[in-house]
Amino acid sequence: MSHTRESAKRGEVVLDIRDLKVAFASGDDAKLAVNGLDLQVKAGEVVALVGESGSGKSVTSLSTMGLLPPNAMVSGSVEVTGHQVIGLPEERMRKLRATEIAMVFQEPMTALNPVLTVERQLTEALETHNLAFGQAARDRAISLLERVGIPDAAKRIKQYPHQFSGGQRQRIVIAMALTCEPKVIIADEPTTALDVTVQADVLDLLRELKDDLGVGILLITHNMGVVADMADRVSVMFMGDLVEEGTVQEILYRPQHPYTQALLAAVPRLTDVALTHDDEAGRLEAERAGAAEAKGREVVLSAKSIAIDYKVKSGTFRAAEGVSFDVAAGETTALVGESGSGKSTVAKAVLGLLPTAAGELRVQGRDLASLKGKEAKLARRAIGVVFQDPAASLDPRFPIGECIMEPMVVHKVGTKAERVARAMELLAAVKLPADVLNRYPHELSGGQKQRVGIARALVLDPSVLIADEPTSALDVSVQATVLEMLKEIQADFGFACLFVSHDLAVVDHLADNVVVMKRGQVVEQGPTERVLHFPQEDYTKELLAAAPVPDPDAQKVRREARHRLLGIGTS
Amino acid sequence: MNTPETPEALGASVAAVEDAQLAAKQDSLSQGRLVWRRFIRHKPAMISAAVLVLLIIVSMTSIGIFGIKGWWPYDFKTTSVSINGGVPSAQHWFGQEDIGRDYFALVMSGTQVSLIVAFLVGISGTVLGTLLGAIAGYYRGWIDSIIMRIADIFFVIPLLLIAAIVAKTASGAISSPWFLGIMLGVVSWAGLARLVRAQVLTLREREYVEAARAMGASSWRIILKHLIPNCIGTVLVNATLATASAVLLETSLSFLGFGVKAPDSSLGLLISQYQNSFTTRPWLFWWPGLIILIIALSVNFIGDGLRDAFDPRQSGRVKKRNLAAAALMGIRPIPVPTTAERAELAARERAASGPPRGGAAGPVDAAETERTDEEEGR
Repeated sequence: MSHTRESAKRGEVVLDIRDLKVAFASGDDAKLAVNGLDLQVKAGEVVALVGESGSGKSVTSLSTMGLLPPNAMVSGSVEVTGHQVIGLPEERMRKLRATEIAMVFQEPMTALNPVLTVERQLTEALETHNLAFGQAARDRAISLLERVGIPDAAKRIKQYPHQFSGGQRQRIVIAMALTCEPKVIIADEPTTALDVTVQADVLDLLRELKDDLGVGILLITHNMGVVADMADRVSVMFMGDLVEEGTVQEILYRPQHPYTQALLAAVPRLTDVALTHDDEAGRLEAERAGAAEAKGREVVLSAKSIAIDYKVKSGTFRAAEGVSFDVAAGETTALVGESGSGKSTVAKAVLGLLPTAAGELRVQGRDLASLKGKEAKLARRAIGVVFQDPAASLDPRFPIGECIMEPMVVHKVGTKAERVARAMELLAAVKLPADVLNRYPHELSGGQKQRVGIARALVLDPSVLIADEPTSALDVSVQATVLEMLKEIQADFGFACLFVSHDLAVVDHLADNVVVMKRGQVVEQGPTERVLHFPQEDYTKELLAAAPVPDPDAQKVRREARHRLLGIGTS
Repeated sequence: MNTPETPEALGASVAAVEDAQLAAKQDSLSQGRLVWRRFIRHKPAMISAAVLVLLIIVSMTSIGIFGIKGWWPYDFKTTSVSINGGVPSAQHWFGQEDIGRDYFALVMSGTQVSLIVAFLVGISGTVLGTLLGAIAGYYRGWIDSIIMRIADIFFVIPLLLIAAIVAKTASGAISSPWFLGIMLGVVSWAGLARLVRAQVLTLREREYVEAARAMGASSWRIILKHLIPNCIGTVLVNATLATASAVLLETSLSFLGFGVKAPDSSLGLLISQYQNSFTTRPWLFWWPGLIILIIALSVNFIGDGLRDAFDPRQSGRVKKRNLAAAALMGIRPIPVPTTAERAELAARERAASGPPRGGAAGPVDAAETERTDEEEGR
């Protein structure tokens, strides 16, 4: 095989999955992960495989690559450009990988080897498949890097993965997948680990590659916005079954299966955004509405131009500066921004886990940083916190009941019976059965664990609840349930909520006020209605334009609007 | 599948399906119970545990302990006429030694002492190592530096040397097995402390620890309630291994004359006392040696079983039972070609000079494919 070998003709089926069944041995039993999947990918098209966790979409991608673990049992047929993959001996499968079928992984940081240069990693596949060696391989690697949009490729190819940004690393992973000109690329959640603006760029790149090289892409994702942006056809999986398939318009506009309908209904949408033109009248009205609400607020949490430092080896690093906001009882203020914006840092300072370097941070009128010992402990009773990762935020050795009651034990509140009664009350509030009290975290799903996390945060009846990306680790439909629950509980309990998130649609759904942050600075803040629908700052507009919506036609319009905003030609 | 409910029936929401599954669940197993279930299925560990328990019971009941008399008629201190040169017999199971003392009684007494020392070392070394390691890992900074530098000292000085020096300076008390056990424990905590510290360093970054700190829990509560219980796997496995090596350490110390002293006896001391009779009365050497072997092996196997039980990520293989379950789901694996058959198949394909078209291989059970001849690195 050489570089100039013919690429597959457009419209030719390059990946053909028929009646694929995969089961995993567990104990004495077997668990079915994929139940009779049929799927075709043609050259030059993007097929999206959509589903939530446990739907079997990742198992499908592993089967096509022949990477299933030894306790898997497979039947059916998977053909990659005419080669039967199921039952293929490993040494023959290895010859197909990279040359016929390649994979783009979710997390670019772990998909690249940190101790090898980018050059070594790009030329490795060429050399193992005897396609190019030495200078020829290097030249090809450089041209690939240029192709995926890494500037100054000839020089940067000598660098190590950590010297590139997250988006660039994902571009390098894509370049690695392209080295041997495969006919099929499996992209397993390729943009999930990236910020929205970077995600939009990477999706643009994938779209270009599909058009120019004519590869077939199997895009595995849970994000309906990405589907609308990229896919030609869509297959929806639910618990191992293929429930629906069709063109992107059919699935997103006229879903037939109740699961698809429910899934689409659960996706938070952010519509009516004035991106390019200035709707002055609307803006003023939105501002007036915000001002009217502002009367009679009982401010619980207030920050006045606070700054937060991190200690690093060479002195200090200012992670946030000049951040001011206040949150009143019953209100939700959202801190939004991309990674490195300092939004979580501010949340940690409010929790008292980080000291403020300047400014004033008051919870119920008390400055947390200045309190010591007993007083600080007392002040902390007023703050509840919900963490990002439900799997890590509950101690695996504690039964759920003890997890929920722990704050009461720490603060010596109530007798044992009273604590149990309170835990039951909160479990009812988050709609979990009472017998969960004696279960262990590993028996619960992610969404259920997060509901336990909310119950624990509320056990001492706090006046402030800090929610640090509480739904980013959850599936869409579960996220909808948890957010709805959070809203209801806030109405009942009346706490002030500081909501940290990167998802603008979720924020629009939940928050009264928004603070947009970038590199430790506040870019724009104000009532949600004003900031997210009539944004004034370019950065806010850029963020809003980059987040894809689950509507193929509207997304096309937004994509072009974004390209205009950034001043790049539409592709 | 565990979910008889169709998506339609539940409004097609994952959350609803999960809640229904949760409500339908019957038994609730803690992590500890799950580990225990895996442990009792580990055959070598269970056999070893039975052997060890039997040995403990026999050694305690035969000659008695704490002054209570046992069922064995002889005492290990009284001398008597040596029958037939002291060869093992129905009367004296393990024979008699040179001055006519019953050797079974002597070995059982030595076993008691060796076991007491081994368990004392295991317990005291484990408690010290876990606590110091957890403190070092949790507080970091200078506390960590001090504790780990002390641990380094114990690493660079040979254990036998420390033990010998302590034994010389406290020659009176050292002969007591209790003192010996505690002393050996105090000097053998460093390895475990390192392991626990490393694990605590990662555990302390978990969100549940941050959650505990955010709710105002004290450092001690976090260490004792959250960090140490989550290290329990490492700690238990290493406690058993430390106990096994303590049996050997006690043996070597007593053999060298730094450990247990007469009239107390221990397995190591017995070997040392009767090393000269190896040619004339070999059983005096073999019996204590055999008991040492049994203790060390069985404790090691138990440690192995514990490690497998705590870390179930063993390479799962498909068993017959799994295949039956899979067949119910419509997966019918066919016999997998052997290496020879595969070579033949490849030859035939080369002759046909074309890639195999779909379906030719039929449904194949990928799990039963021989993986021994495959490269692991991908």
